[in-house]
Amino acid sequence: MTTDYRPMWTSLGLDLEAHDILLNVLGQAYQDTFLSQKNRPEGMSYLDFVVSEVHGLRIKELQDARSEGRKVIGTFCVFVPDELILAADAISVGLCAGAEFGFDEAERLLPRNTCSLIKSFFGFKLNRVCPYMEAADLLVGETTCDGKKKAYEIFKGIQPNIYVMEVPQMKTAQDRALLKSEYLRFKEELERLTGVTITAERLKRGIQLVNNRREALSRLSALRVARPAPLSGLDALLINQVAFYDDPVRFTGAVNKICDELEGRVGAGERVSPKGTPRILVSGCPMAVPNWKLAAIIEGSGGVIVGEESCVGEWGTRNLVVETGSDVDTLMEAIVDRYFKVDCAIFTPNPERLDNVVDMVARYKADGVIHYALQFCSPYTVESYRVEQELSSRGIPVLRIETDYSPEDVGQLKTRAEAFLEMIRK
Amino acid sequence: MTSAGLDVGSRTIGPVLFDGGVVDSVVKDTGIKPLERCQQLLNGRSYNRLVVTGYGRHLVAPLLGGEVISEISAYAAGAHYLYPDSGTVIDIGGQDIKVIRLSDQGAVVRFEMNDRCAAGTGKFLEVMAHTLEVSLSEFAELALSASKFVQINSLCTVFAESEVVSLIARGEEASAIALALHQAVAKRITGMVHRVGLKERVIFAGGVARNRCLNELLGDILGVEITVPSEPQIVGALGAALMAGDGI
Repeated sequence: MTTDYRPMWTSLGLDLEAHDILLNVLGQAYQDTFLSQKNRPEGMSYLDFVVSEVHGLRIKELQDARSEGRKVIGTFCVFVPDELILAADAISVGLCAGAEFGFDEAERLLPRNTCSLIKSFFGFKLNRVCPYMEAADLLVGETTCDGKKKAYEIFKGIQPNIYVMEVPQMKTAQDRALLKSEYLRFKEELERLTGVTITAERLKRGIQLVNNRREALSRLSALRVARPAPLSGLDALLINQVAFYDDPVRFTGAVNKICDELEGRVGAGERVSPKGTPRILVSGCPMAVPNWKLAAIIEGSGGVIVGEESCVGEWGTRNLVVETGSDVDTLMEAIVDRYFKVDCAIFTPNPERLDNVVDMVARYKADGVIHYALQFCSPYTVESYRVEQELSSRGIPVLRIETDYSPEDVGQLKTRAEAFLEMIRK
Repeated sequence: MTSAGLDVGSRTIGPVLFDGGVVDSVVKDTGIKPLERCQQLLNGRSYNRLVVTGYGRHLVAPLLGGEVISEISAYAAGAHYLYPDSGTVIDIGGQDIKVIRLSDQGAVVRFEMNDRCAAGTGKFLEVMAHTLEVSLSEFAELALSASKFVQINSLCTVFAESEVVSLIARGEEASAIALALHQAVAKRITGMVHRVGLKERVIFAGGVARNRCLNELLGDILGVEITVPSEPQIVGALGAALMAGDGI
């Protein structure tokens, strides 16, 4: 039985016709990419359900919460601390921007050589097809890259309730102080918007909720270390993507349930790919829903992805916030400590990332690394050189891919992925 | 035992039959129905095992009962068989440029491939030859006859074409423009060679290897002798046939 969400979508101001097109494309892509996989864990049925209701039930939950006076905060980046949003009794939803949709409209406002992710969120907005954006009481942008920070200036003209957070670009003491002051400013903004005062108790609760989610996702990652791999990289990517917009408590429970099941599978040596399948670590740009392109190419070419060195991946889950503080300032310090360790390519210099890539290769027993950068994303396209050098100097095979959301280069990417996997297998 | 290799390229299709040596090889245009073309080409040829490579491998292989291998592995295997001392393989076909560095044992160590854009591929040369109103084979000869040097900066098929048009409007000789286009392509390829790391002997294969001007320019820029196999277009199919013989 399906619920008719059209009245809700209409009330949010969506363009129903364009939205139908989007949902059809999404449904077909999900069918082809995910449901066609063999030997999936049963627990993935939760994710299937969540995706099938991505613009339905979850939006209804948001709207119900809003009618009770709670606020919805849309975010674009792992530097926006969910802890604060939850502490203000608000709901955090990571906005996706992972599809080539409405690029023609986006290119009327943006240069053509803008990365797909930025074009995508403009396209979604201009076409009025994203119920999350429309349901959000506040959107939070950040100054991670030049493309985003300048694009938000234009975006404000079409979505006025956008708030921009400054993210430092180096890791000095001043940069840490900047991050802290920005988190404090964000806390005030949240308090103003929600009317909730973020007390130590509330903050602690927010930290615990996010830590629990991180621990569940880290537990999942640790299980993927097993040989043979008990979970496909596509399914793991999906879980990491859904983490951004699902209810944190329910999601944490579902991930832990999948982990329970995977423990059994690991014990029994159950596999999702044939013996001898090369194990790949994917490193680089975020892959937002429904950007499954590269993962589908890699796994469709006979590899299995065992880890994601990315913000939709291990950076989102690595390091917990220390929960022991008893006053707001100590807890805020702990939050800053945790986020300041994120080794996104926007930082310079960024040696931690190189160390972490190497460490992840060893931990996940990866046979090779595929570095993924979105075309026109300077931080990642430039940093990929150093990542490649670091890995090559250690004899770790690496393939650099630069692409976007369009399907037109799938043939060439497949050739490269296949050749890379053949090279590793030898 | 006879093994068969089939290279389903964007411009040409070539089957190679191998039994201790190449016993049969053909190169035909791909056309718009590659599957039918492959069926015609294999019809009447008998072999024990088939490996398919090239752009159309996934379309053709399941229907012809073959296995697939990427062009990169196939060209590496083919080149290593023809010249056991191969160090670098440059393969330029209709759609792609691939540069592959081999180990002493002939294994792929690193490779570079152009992304979606056709800059510097066979297709690019074809479009540019057309703009200069010469055939593809005349194009290289025209470039070799140049007595003057001009520069083309863009390698994008679209932008290069407008650059060519403005050079024509400026009254530049067609031969100088043809040379400039070849130089631009050669620079792009040598850039890729340096990224994988130049290792002699350098083998130049694929349809574009028949272009004498590019061959000379690559040799000049890289400062090495370039080896072009007598049939540069069958190297991929030969590699596939070798793999069919060995078991992938």
